[in-house]
Amino acid sequence: MPFLNQLETDRFFSVKKFFSFLLSAIYGFSVTASEAVTIKGSDTMVILNQRWAEKYMFDRPSAVIQVTGGGSGTGIAALLGGATDICASSRPMKEKERVALQAKTGRSPIEIAVAKDGIAIYLNEANPLRELTLEQVALIYRGKITNWRDLGGADQKIILYSRENNSGTYEFFKEHVLKKKDFTPFAQCLPGTASVANAVARDKRGIGYGGAAYAKGIRFCAIKPDAATPGILPNETHILDGSYPVSRNLFFYLRDEPAGAINNFVDFVLSPEGQAIVAKVGYYPIGSPQKQ
Amino acid sequence: MNRPPLRERIIENGIRVSAGVAIVGLILIFVFIGKEALPLFTSAEARQEASLSKLFIAQVPEEGEPPSHMWQPVSEMPKYSLWPLMIGTLKVTLVALVFAFPLALGAALFTSEFAPPWLREIVKPVIEMLAGIPSVVLGFFALIVMASTIQDLFGLDYRLNTVNAGIALGLAVIPIVFTVAEDALTAVPQSYRHGSIALGATPWQTARRVVLPAAFPGLFAAGILGFGRAIGETMIVLMASGNQAIPAWNLGYGFRSLSATVASELGEVVRGSPHYHVLFLIGVLLFIFTFLINLLGQMWVGRMNRKLTGRR
Repeated sequence: MPFLNQLETDRFFSVKKFFSFLLSAIYGFSVTASEAVTIKGSDTMVILNQRWAEKYMFDRPSAVIQVTGGGSGTGIAALLGGATDICASSRPMKEKERVALQAKTGRSPIEIAVAKDGIAIYLNEANPLRELTLEQVALIYRGKITNWRDLGGADQKIILYSRENNSGTYEFFKEHVLKKKDFTPFAQCLPGTASVANAVARDKRGIGYGGAAYAKGIRFCAIKPDAATPGILPNETHILDGSYPVSRNLFFYLRDEPAGAINNFVDFVLSPEGQAIVAKVGYYPIGSPQKQ
Repeated sequence: MNRPPLRERIIENGIRVSAGVAIVGLILIFVFIGKEALPLFTSAEARQEASLSKLFIAQVPEEGEPPSHMWQPVSEMPKYSLWPLMIGTLKVTLVALVFAFPLALGAALFTSEFAPPWLREIVKPVIEMLAGIPSVVLGFFALIVMASTIQDLFGLDYRLNTVNAGIALGLAVIPIVFTVAEDALTAVPQSYRHGSIALGATPWQTARRVVLPAAFPGLFAAGILGFGRAIGETMIVLMASGNQAIPAWNLGYGFRSLSATVASELGEVVRGSPHYHVLFLIGVLLFIFTFLINLLGQMWVGRMNRKLTGRR
């Protein structure tokens, strides 16, 4: 819910900042433009971006960072249209999008991995199942397995919860779990990871997926890469060492080499201080920070 | 013949211009939406992915599977069947009207025929206040509060199902149907009622046999307006429907409506892609639907009016 995040930002928009903003507006637009940095994109990353922005602005009263969500696709579209400085994306940019951006800016976009995340499979707390193979999860979401009985659970229909198709999580799941096959149309599409987690928490027969940082009322299902391997839970160790089969990087995308205020913010995000915030929000710090 | 004074001519022309602006605006909106949908008929690239036959005729999703109607725009092989969306929109609209129309009509009949004046002064504004509830609030209410109750009540598989969304949508439709119906009933001349009572009819017989038929065109218009409101409503269905694009009339399942699809997908779609054009085509379809329904409603009301009043 982007507007809520906007509200949180506004709290930090103090009187002092208001006057400095006015002042910079008087001195000329260029001053304002170099100070305010906008971040738009992934709903998964919106809380993370928010925490970074809050800390950053708290330490540097003259800086203004504006955070909005909307989905990774929305953020990339905004970057393409020049409506945002930084695009936050929970999936790598697609070839089509890269080409479109390159055509516009004359250079390939800058990709910076800023955090790691595991996509957890959510089950209701009352569900007796503890682990599924990656293959089984794919079959469930493709609509080939429709009853918990076939997986060793109770004789109940499986109710699937998924994300809207503008979500980076949706596309990542489709690519890495479904191997690019289509979702069954019976999966209910909800806006945001929090609504999926909430729906599974209310539905004993439900299954959902989303970031491993949301966890109230649901259980994370352990994932077996294949039938012979024991199940792996989406926790810090497994996501950081890469053994959890459904983990991903979270990215910032920029139109050009970062400079000025944007560069300062990116440096802050990749600094130990910024990466400590990553852990606090529930994601995982990126191993060796690299700007590509 | 005397020309009216300058002041009046200015006012008259001002009013004429406002009416013209409204009509021109409407036409322009239609033209611009239509323009964005047009490449589906003209551009070879768009037609390859989303030709009319792909929009309306069942396609084979994967080799070896039976043809089906799928809405799966983000895919290796995008599928843009509009049937699931149309069926979804229609079924929730029907549920909403079946829920809302009797309630609104009953309430209108009560306030206009049976309620003492002081009660009418309370009931009418309270029901009309329902119209002031933002649809996002109704949607949220349906999503959080109503959904579980309705699922348990009817023993349905899905928490977010058509009955749930239909009732929430009905809540948004009630005040519109009520207001128009109430106006239609109170507009029936008092002399009709007096005549009926004088002939020995009871108040109920009067209401049923005299007032209701006389107000029929207005009541029909109320239904049409309610239908138009329901078919285009977005926020409630977006939140309470589960957004499953399935071509089934089963009310126990969720659905994906035309309007909610545009709302949730237009934000991220790549400009100029077939997907983008299809979303605008959906806009055109919604526009045409409501236009036709209103037109049919108007024609019907006119015919009934002539019949009832004996004029030609």
